[in-house]
Amino acid sequence: MARIDVRKTYKLYIGGAFPRSESGHSYEVQDSKGKFVANAALASRKDVRDAVVAARKAFPGWSSRTAYNRAQILYRIAEVMEDRRAQFVQAVQQSEGGTAAAAGRQVDEAIDRLVWYAGWADKLAQVVGNANPVAGPFFNHSAPEPTGVVGVLAPQSSSLLGLVSVVAPVIVTGNTAVVVSSYSRPLPAVTFSEVMATSDVPGGVVNVLTGDAAPLGPWLAAHMDVNAIDLCGVAGDDELSTALEVAAADNLKRVRRAPAAEPDWSADPALSTMTDFVETKTVWHPIGV
Amino acid sequence: MAFEYAPAPESRSIVDIKPSYGLFIDGEFVDGHGSAFKSINPATEETLAEIAEADAADVDKAVKAARRAFRTWSRMPGKERSKYLYRIARIIQERSRELAVLESIDNGKPIKESRDVDVPIVAAHFFYYAGWADKLEYAGLGANPQPLGVAGQVIPWNFPLLMLAWKVAPALACGNTVVLKPAETTPLTALLFAEICQQADLPAGVVNIVTGAGDTGQAVVSHPDVDKVAFTGSTGVGKAIARAIAGSDKKATLELGGKAANIVFDDAAIDQAVEGIVGGIFFNQGHVCCAGSRLLVQESVADEVMAKLKRRMGTLRVGDPLDKNTDIGAINSAEQLARIRALAEIGEDEGAERWAPPCELPSAGFWFPPTVFTGVSQAHRIARDEVFGPVLSVLTFRTPSEAIEKANNTPYGLSAGVWTEKGSRILHMANELRAGVVWANTFNKFDPASPFGGYKESGYGREGGRQGLSAYLKAGA
Repeated sequence: MARIDVRKTYKLYIGGAFPRSESGHSYEVQDSKGKFVANAALASRKDVRDAVVAARKAFPGWSSRTAYNRAQILYRIAEVMEDRRAQFVQAVQQSEGGTAAAAGRQVDEAIDRLVWYAGWADKLAQVVGNANPVAGPFFNHSAPEPTGVVGVLAPQSSSLLGLVSVVAPVIVTGNTAVVVSSYSRPLPAVTFSEVMATSDVPGGVVNVLTGDAAPLGPWLAAHMDVNAIDLCGVAGDDELSTALEVAAADNLKRVRRAPAAEPDWSADPALSTMTDFVETKTVWHPIGV
Repeated sequence: MAFEYAPAPESRSIVDIKPSYGLFIDGEFVDGHGSAFKSINPATEETLAEIAEADAADVDKAVKAARRAFRTWSRMPGKERSKYLYRIARIIQERSRELAVLESIDNGKPIKESRDVDVPIVAAHFFYYAGWADKLEYAGLGANPQPLGVAGQVIPWNFPLLMLAWKVAPALACGNTVVLKPAETTPLTALLFAEICQQADLPAGVVNIVTGAGDTGQAVVSHPDVDKVAFTGSTGVGKAIARAIAGSDKKATLELGGKAANIVFDDAAIDQAVEGIVGGIFFNQGHVCCAGSRLLVQESVADEVMAKLKRRMGTLRVGDPLDKNTDIGAINSAEQLARIRALAEIGEDEGAERWAPPCELPSAGFWFPPTVFTGVSQAHRIARDEVFGPVLSVLTFRTPSEAIEKANNTPYGLSAGVWTEKGSRILHMANELRAGVVWANTFNKFDPASPFGGYKESGYGREGGRQGLSAYLKAGA
């Protein structure tokens, strides 16, 4: 008789742990052909709040890591993903359809993108920061710093490459993230969470909620302890993205607006993917004897 | 003891204030269609001039003029645009005393500040950004960065001409055209700037100035053909603007309120720190978004610092803004004076101890003495709300981590000050303070090459420096 396989329970990723939704809710996830694959945890408003608490708690430690250390940790995520490449290819193909080769290209690009962002950790300040020649006897310089806790509504279509493309630029500079995954294609995000949990990413730096951006987005956008939000996951929904931007104004979150349609993730990323979520700090000190 | 000084008033004869002013649209002064209002001298309450109010239709005309001008201005080679900005910088220098006197009359700030701080930095700002106009490929946005279009800019009354320069200079250097609304209580130097644009032969429509109050400002920022909104002012209005432009393609920079901590450690050079505390909160009557309005002093030196601070406050001269010896001028408006008084009363009601040096205030005009509150807790309104006046709240701390926690315990994050002789501590504090500008062993320094702007609810975007360019550019195709 054939062996019965052991199936995985897909859970949320909050504060480095894998809890179910506190609501006890889950939803059916289907593959690209509509066949049942698994039940994913359906994140609730309370899960959003718990994730924000975890992200805020992780922020001081993560933002004060050396840039070299953050670079190595992002590179480590890429290493572990490469190691589990076959699993990701299977998960992406299952979610997005298409050929195994096409899914393989998605996975390869996602891994390469992590390597690309890893290298930015100790270079961004050199590219967007500078010494300022002020008209007086002062040492004066400006450098980027992470803005804090960033809410990320991950893309709906590109379940892995899109996800990595919005998460890596947020955390490489020292922010922590609360991510709402693709609703219909959440499983690669859960597997990605498992990679982060084993890649020396401190718990709480990335928190991944599987669920629906439409009901969760407003809680994240209005949360007063979230500093910024990326609205990519509601691309094309003008009404919702406008409502989220309005809610985000309550504490003047930095907002990366939703594009009209999900972008082509194979294009080279712009520097703004990182600079949209950093603050420039300027420090003055007199020069004298 | 305080020395007696004979009055040393700066002559106001250099300034020719007209009885009434129109709007500056498409290179010409034109009538407004709203109801005209008066700009008064806050030190005397005399009416200075009648100012036109721009209604929505006037704002629309200004935006259309700016749109027309954008076609040529944005395509003009950067090296030619730069020469217009250099011209403007030079004319500001040539007319600097006139601008300083007018600013002090309309705003109430001491002539020594308008003369030595505001106007020189205004000229420097135009000079700095003039040099960027033909070097935009080095701005950090790629090879061929493009201007955004028409910028709608709304500025406050605390540094009327300086805020104009912060907004207009980078916008123009990048090839944008502007519609600027000065504050309703301080429109006069902006209108003189319009004349300077005429003297510089700046093409018509590149700079448009529409005067008025909140309704006019709202018409500017919400106009559908405005591509970029730049606002300096209150956090409340900043949030309203962020909501108003949600869902649009408008880009925004917001420079909003603050409640800066000025942190004095026990090893600081105390006399210098006291000067920094005084400059931090009493500069410009405390009408400064980055004012050091919360003094955090290490417990072991609190008594010494307070004794020296009170002695120094006793020497501050409050009075005629045009007197060259004046340290603290007039509060800008009756409305602002009422706000300061109300918050100071709340400070007393909540149990903080209020002190101000004996100080004779003029009978006419709007005045508030330099005031310090001790025994302030973090929960007190005067430790949380932006007073925007010459009112200092004093709190104490024991350890550096307590100082950091208290300093960051605010929704604002515009600026902070640190006073200590220990270099490593300065750098640690600079790292930990969640504020856009950290002044160490100095305070309230500004320079066009130095980016300025806030964290958190103090707004977003930077003004000044290379970073200030990205507020007015987008990556080229």
